[in-house]
Amino acid sequence: MITIAGAGLAGLATAYELLQRGAKVRIFEQGPGPGKASVARFAGGMLAPWCEYESAEEEVVTLGSRAFEWWAKITPVHRRGTLVMAPARDRAELTRFAKRTHGYRAVSAEEIAALEPGLEGRFTQGLFFAGEAHLDPRRALSDLSRVVTDLGAEIVYNTPAPNRVDLNCTGIKAAVPGLRPVRGEMAILHCPEVEISRTLRLLHPRMPLYLVPRGDGHFMIGGTMIESASTRAPSLRSLSELMSAAFALHPGFGEAEVVELGAGLRPAFADNLPQLVEQEGVLHLNGLYRHGFLLAPAMAQRAARYLLPEIALEEAL
Amino acid sequence: MEIYGTKLNSRLFLGTAQYPSPKVLCAAIAASSSEVITVSLRRETSEGTGTGFWQMLQETGARILPNTAGCHTVQEAVTTAQMAREIFDTDWIKLEVIGHADSLQPDVFGLVEAARILSEDGFKVFPYTTEDLIVGERLLQAGCDVLMPWGAPIGSGQGLRNPDGLQAMRAHFPDTPLIVDAGIGRPSDATQAMELGMDAVLLNTAVAKAGDPVKMASAMAQAVTAGQMGYQADPMPRRDMAVPSTPVLGLAEFA
Repeated sequence: MITIAGAGLAGLATAYELLQRGAKVRIFEQGPGPGKASVARFAGGMLAPWCEYESAEEEVVTLGSRAFEWWAKITPVHRRGTLVMAPARDRAELTRFAKRTHGYRAVSAEEIAALEPGLEGRFTQGLFFAGEAHLDPRRALSDLSRVVTDLGAEIVYNTPAPNRVDLNCTGIKAAVPGLRPVRGEMAILHCPEVEISRTLRLLHPRMPLYLVPRGDGHFMIGGTMIESASTRAPSLRSLSELMSAAFALHPGFGEAEVVELGAGLRPAFADNLPQLVEQEGVLHLNGLYRHGFLLAPAMAQRAARYLLPEIALEEAL
Repeated sequence: MEIYGTKLNSRLFLGTAQYPSPKVLCAAIAASSSEVITVSLRRETSEGTGTGFWQMLQETGARILPNTAGCHTVQEAVTTAQMAREIFDTDWIKLEVIGHADSLQPDVFGLVEAARILSEDGFKVFPYTTEDLIVGERLLQAGCDVLMPWGAPIGSGQGLRNPDGLQAMRAHFPDTPLIVDAGIGRPSDATQAMELGMDAVLLNTAVAKAGDPVKMASAMAQAVTAGQMGYQADPMPRRDMAVPSTPVLGLAEFA
């Protein structure tokens, strides 16, 4: 029996990998349901390794490439790509973004309109990352917990983990040296008047925005990156920046109903990459930062290889 | 160079925002040899960062110069400065009072007022200002021992928009440390500032948003040194005609 603390993204994904290898798994979760207490609830749910590579290490692409197939077995994955644009006066940002990554093609105003008719006439150039995708984080968390339960895992809710577990996946609550919180704020809008079918990123030197369609006229917008441990509700400053960026993307969002505001603490290490760390006999999988859905599958596979004894420790790390 | 009684060897001050990761940031600080790093504060910061970001910055060994970035009023800037003093245990403050959200141009009236309040409260104020001489005088009267004129709008990377204005400032304030703050995009911009006789350069985006921030940090450090040495070495004057460096008189004629 392998015991795990935390039924968030990392805990559930590793449980899945362990079950695939024939292990028995028990997960302790303080929250009332799958992912209910997890920062992944506030994620964008973007599987966007090439967009992320603009400001991240190579590993985001190499580890992230397996995420699409992995998630497709568990929850609906919308492989519609990412469209990156910039307001006319910030086109230098687009050039900079393009220089820092790959996996895109430059698109004209006509191509943007063909991809997203709702954006016709709004932007004259953009970058299209055709290979990227998105999913709905909350649906993915509940689908994943259902799958691992069906495979025989036991998830004990409303229960703190015992002191001794095999794997700790409690995110920012875990006492791991070098782990820091990076606060993020988001909003969910309901705006059936605007039709957008794929993830959009609006580049702006001060308020970069991503917008992920959630279906049924809902959109998630995010996300700020603040070096802070504050768990209070989003600040007016952050919201006004996010909202005005959404308005710049499409004025139709002016009519949007703000359905939800949220803030969470992303756990991150100094290089902003996840790690497996052994501490006092407990393995920790942590530091998924803003790449949770993208990197959890690969990290879960590593954690599972580490926890199952026939595999050498060095190889797993 | 001595500022507020503190001796500094490096004439490059580095900002800490917008890096790909704290690991890259720390490597850039090391590569820049900067002894002073600026840190911007938000209200959320006062609620702590756990064992996180600030500790990493403090471990770099560089002196922390908190700033009031994004403050638009005197009161906001003063409150932020007081918060910064508590969090970082320093009386140094880089004072920004922003007058316009789009250009991030300093509100020099609010700046002078905030500088006076903070100086009276014991702060050592580094004011982010324009190249205006009279504003500079008022800031010195308000208690500042150093002036930080802009090179160009924050984050614009335009280089020095008004080199003549900076030169006039050098002449007008021969004994006041002058630090060009904001607008530096390339190493050559930093060199130019130092060749004009500035005492130091403060930059952030030029390094943070470079494709290779660590290499750019090193380039900036070298550029600052080159410019400073060039200024000290007293460059030759410009001439409007060619002057041969080898004499023409007495050359053999092959007729």
